[in-house]
Amino acid sequence: MLGRTLREVSVALKQGQITPTELCRKCLSVIQKTKFLNAYITVSYEVALKQAEESEKRYKKGQSLGELDGIPVAVKDNFSTAGIETTCASNMLKGYIPPFNATVVQKLLDQGAVLMGKTNLDEFAMGSGSTDGAFGPVKNPWSYSKQYREQRRLRSPGERRGADEDWLIAGGSSGGSAAAVAAATCFAALGSDTGGSTRNPAAHCGLVGFKPSYGLVSRYGLIPLVNSMDVPGILTRCVDDAATVLGVLAGHDPKDSTTVQDPVKPFVLPSLTDVSKLCVGIPKEYLVPELSSEVRSLWSKAAGLFESAGAKVIDVSLPHTSYSIVCYHVLCTSEVASNMARFDGLEYGHRCDINESTEAMYAATRREGFNDVVRGRILSGNFFLLKENYENYFIKAQKVRRLIANDFVNVFNSGVDVVLTPTTLSEAVPFLEFIKEDNRTRSAQDDIFTQAANMAGVPAVSVPAGLSPQGLPIGLQFIAPAFGDQKLLTVAKWFEKQIQFPVTQLQELTEDCPSGFENDNSASVFLKQC
Amino acid sequence: MAAPILRWVGPGKRWALAWVDSSSSHRRVSPNGSASHRMREQRSVAQQSLHTAPKPRKGGHKWAAVVGLEVHAQISSNSKLFSGSQVSFAAPPNSLVSFFDASLPGTLPVLNRRCVEAAVMTGLALNCHINKKSLFDRKHYFYADLPAGYQITQQRLPIAVRGSLTYGVFVGNKRSHMATKTVRIKQIQLEQDSGKSLHDDLRSQTLIDLNRAGVGLLEMVLEPDLSCGEEAATVVRELQLILQALGTSKANMAEGQLRVDANISVHQPGEPLGIRTEVKNLNSIRFLARAIDHEIQRQISELESGGVILNETRSFDHRLGCTVPMRDKEGKQDYRFMPEPNLPPLVLYDTASLPVGVEPQQVINIDQIRDTLPELPRVTRERLVREYGMLPEHSFTLLNEVGLLQFFQSVMKETRAEPKKVTSWVLNVLLGYLKQHNLAVNESPITPSALAGLLDLLDSKAISSSAAKEVFEELWKGKAKTAAQIVSEKQLELMQDQEALEQLCQATMEGHPQVVTDMKTGNPKAINKLIGLVRKATLNRADPAVIKNILERLSA
Repeated sequence: MLGRTLREVSVALKQGQITPTELCRKCLSVIQKTKFLNAYITVSYEVALKQAEESEKRYKKGQSLGELDGIPVAVKDNFSTAGIETTCASNMLKGYIPPFNATVVQKLLDQGAVLMGKTNLDEFAMGSGSTDGAFGPVKNPWSYSKQYREQRRLRSPGERRGADEDWLIAGGSSGGSAAAVAAATCFAALGSDTGGSTRNPAAHCGLVGFKPSYGLVSRYGLIPLVNSMDVPGILTRCVDDAATVLGVLAGHDPKDSTTVQDPVKPFVLPSLTDVSKLCVGIPKEYLVPELSSEVRSLWSKAAGLFESAGAKVIDVSLPHTSYSIVCYHVLCTSEVASNMARFDGLEYGHRCDINESTEAMYAATRREGFNDVVRGRILSGNFFLLKENYENYFIKAQKVRRLIANDFVNVFNSGVDVVLTPTTLSEAVPFLEFIKEDNRTRSAQDDIFTQAANMAGVPAVSVPAGLSPQGLPIGLQFIAPAFGDQKLLTVAKWFEKQIQFPVTQLQELTEDCPSGFENDNSASVFLKQC
Repeated sequence: MAAPILRWVGPGKRWALAWVDSSSSHRRVSPNGSASHRMREQRSVAQQSLHTAPKPRKGGHKWAAVVGLEVHAQISSNSKLFSGSQVSFAAPPNSLVSFFDASLPGTLPVLNRRCVEAAVMTGLALNCHINKKSLFDRKHYFYADLPAGYQITQQRLPIAVRGSLTYGVFVGNKRSHMATKTVRIKQIQLEQDSGKSLHDDLRSQTLIDLNRAGVGLLEMVLEPDLSCGEEAATVVRELQLILQALGTSKANMAEGQLRVDANISVHQPGEPLGIRTEVKNLNSIRFLARAIDHEIQRQISELESGGVILNETRSFDHRLGCTVPMRDKEGKQDYRFMPEPNLPPLVLYDTASLPVGVEPQQVINIDQIRDTLPELPRVTRERLVREYGMLPEHSFTLLNEVGLLQFFQSVMKETRAEPKKVTSWVLNVLLGYLKQHNLAVNESPITPSALAGLLDLLDSKAISSSAAKEVFEELWKGKAKTAAQIVSEKQLELMQDQEALEQLCQATMEGHPQVVTDMKTGNPKAINKLIGLVRKATLNRADPAVIKNILERLSA
């Protein structure tokens, strides 16, 4: 049951094969047993059970609220949740309990979804590995998968290292959300996506990671990283599930002036049978030397798949892609410097014990509350915003951003329906390898395929494209024109169907880890394709 | 607010503290601040309108002063600029604070339509060009009553630019002549107010009240076209009247709804402009004028004694009557302006550019706002002079006292008395009483109708003007009686009975033969004495002119 897709389990609930409370308890039990993944910062046991009971009452009365009623979901810990601690994985917000729900959280709850808890991330979503948070790194459930274990044994039979030493990163910054869905603790999770933070961990954890068009989904209550690029992201096991969740979340929010006014229809994806009218663009700038051969081969295989099904597959150019990273660095850090200014210890969050002067209190509070990554970005951002630097950095970066956005406009205006790219350079790497580079270098490398979509505000989705020879998932990314979300997901769904992403077997968890899925059949998770 | 997140505010002690308003929204404008740069750019154009500063030192050169103003007016609106919290003065601390106002992470600004309309309306009234597209920016600085660490303002592209304000000043030796002058308005921008810091020096604590945080402000930047405190005071008063007529701000300086900072420099005509200082904390028009004149004199004395003027921020100490440097611990301040990413550009329309099929409540039509502009003070004054033959200075007084014009107009509506009579009674008698008793017009115990009734009696010669004064005093005591009731109770009406009056005159003359003789020999005082005696006999109810006629006739 736990390995099913959201839609499948929704049908099961409707048919009474399982009750919302049973489902919730099962998920809570998996959360308990997979605690070592560190996917959750806060597990909302009581709230979840209460919501499940409410849901159960509705089902009994035949008054289900819809497809999400009774469905366990998880929410990244940078979305405000009324009455539930919201930390952004930062000491700064430890103990902070928001008095309101983010609009997207409220919309999920209004549909009867059951909130299992708040998931782990890089502090304030600054990172690409979910390794830089105040609550420790997130472990990729695939580290414990049968596929990966078997490949490892085959490759280095002599080695007897346990998973505890060479576990893989989950990707980030929404790594907790990705791990939560991948480890079958819930059926969908909210991430946030500023430079790839939803798509990157989705790719590493074998999930669908969807970043909607900027302005389609409300950011109210999402604790911002970069306001002009942040989008609530959706992590699910299949494309249809992402569309279902998007249908609930999308639409104008009077509390977010940057959401579009146009009414939004429910997102129902047609099953595409004929792709002959489809034009898929392959951006040549994305073929970088750092791209691993595994990803490269899956990418070209995917292009071939479209072509052989009759789609037009052409080379396209997004010429300003290479400037994306440096441009993002300036814009991101500048907005970070501004957004983080509110954390002064006065109104909420951490406050130091120093009270000699207001300034001394600010300084100590912020030094204690933020990690090095956050402080580093605040410092850079303030440098870029200085009067003497503003023209040379911020204004220039904004101009480059426009050029990057125009790259997409030009490609889509030339008749291309979707752009197909890798999501990441390679499959997930072991933590010990990942931390050899600093956060900034990692972010710069890992975001290169995903960031441009945030710059341009266009929708993008990462879909599992297969397993690497190591037995690890690899994702490919589709990008569509702004507000072409439905079309994007329709194409992604077609691709997903062709790929038949393999069943994921996580029962290795029970063997390798003492805290794993012992003696619990439900924990033998078989993820099926949709 | 659900959670008591504002920890520094302890209930119970709040009223024990004297509050120090350190809050003008750009309280630490430094040499680097935008404000100073604005001023500097404008200096070259300002020179043409310079005036000579008062009192050049003996043997010294003539000095010219250049004064520019920055005015912050709190917008009169039900809710704040970007949040739904109520706007109200003197509410209990932190009782009007939304999640956004307290800068809870994840909250977003939503622009208040009313504030935009107020800005457009004010811009139109000040002859500004209204920008159809304007932008919002973040201005960063750390201050305890600025919860987000930045203020949302309009630095790059404000909502209104290039306006002007016409004002009248008295000139001439006896200050009897009115001259019209104009000050240019550089721009009007929408921005957020900050909260208030309450410093408790005893406990060395600072308490924060966020009620005011996020209230909409109109920042009006005036070009440095002024030359002295009085001009500045007149301009601010005129601006106040305009804002009040528009209803866009209550503009009450004592309640902080209107705050003025002045940029002041002196130089010798023909020379480049001098270094300027900025004077803050000007919380009344009187202090504004005094502070500016003092600062001009201080700069002149400083320069004449070989000193230099520092580009600094000073505040006016109204007890000492002088400006003193403000301590500026942070020194150079860089506001690190950045576009506000959570607010799309503010787009306004006029009737010509209005998109088709759009709901009227979704857009703001500049032309529609222009059509609703009320009569502005200058026009009102011109109308008073034209319609009632009033002296210009009387029209100023009528407008300057809050509510006095309405009072005057209500009286005019109800009385048959001449406008000049009404003006005289309202400005001399009523206003005199109000001032004497320290009352505002709306606190007057005499209603416009009551005064109209009294003036009607006077106009129809039913009572004498001295009786009218007596009736006025009775009315002032406010016993809910009409003027007519008082007149009849006190028998104050003029004796209309000619025969009875003649008999009284005859009797008086008979009783005072010596005075009659004096009168006949041409002693001019004698007839006045007789008139007095007759009036006394009538209990002041006779018209002295009528008595005089009778007396003259009888003695002829």
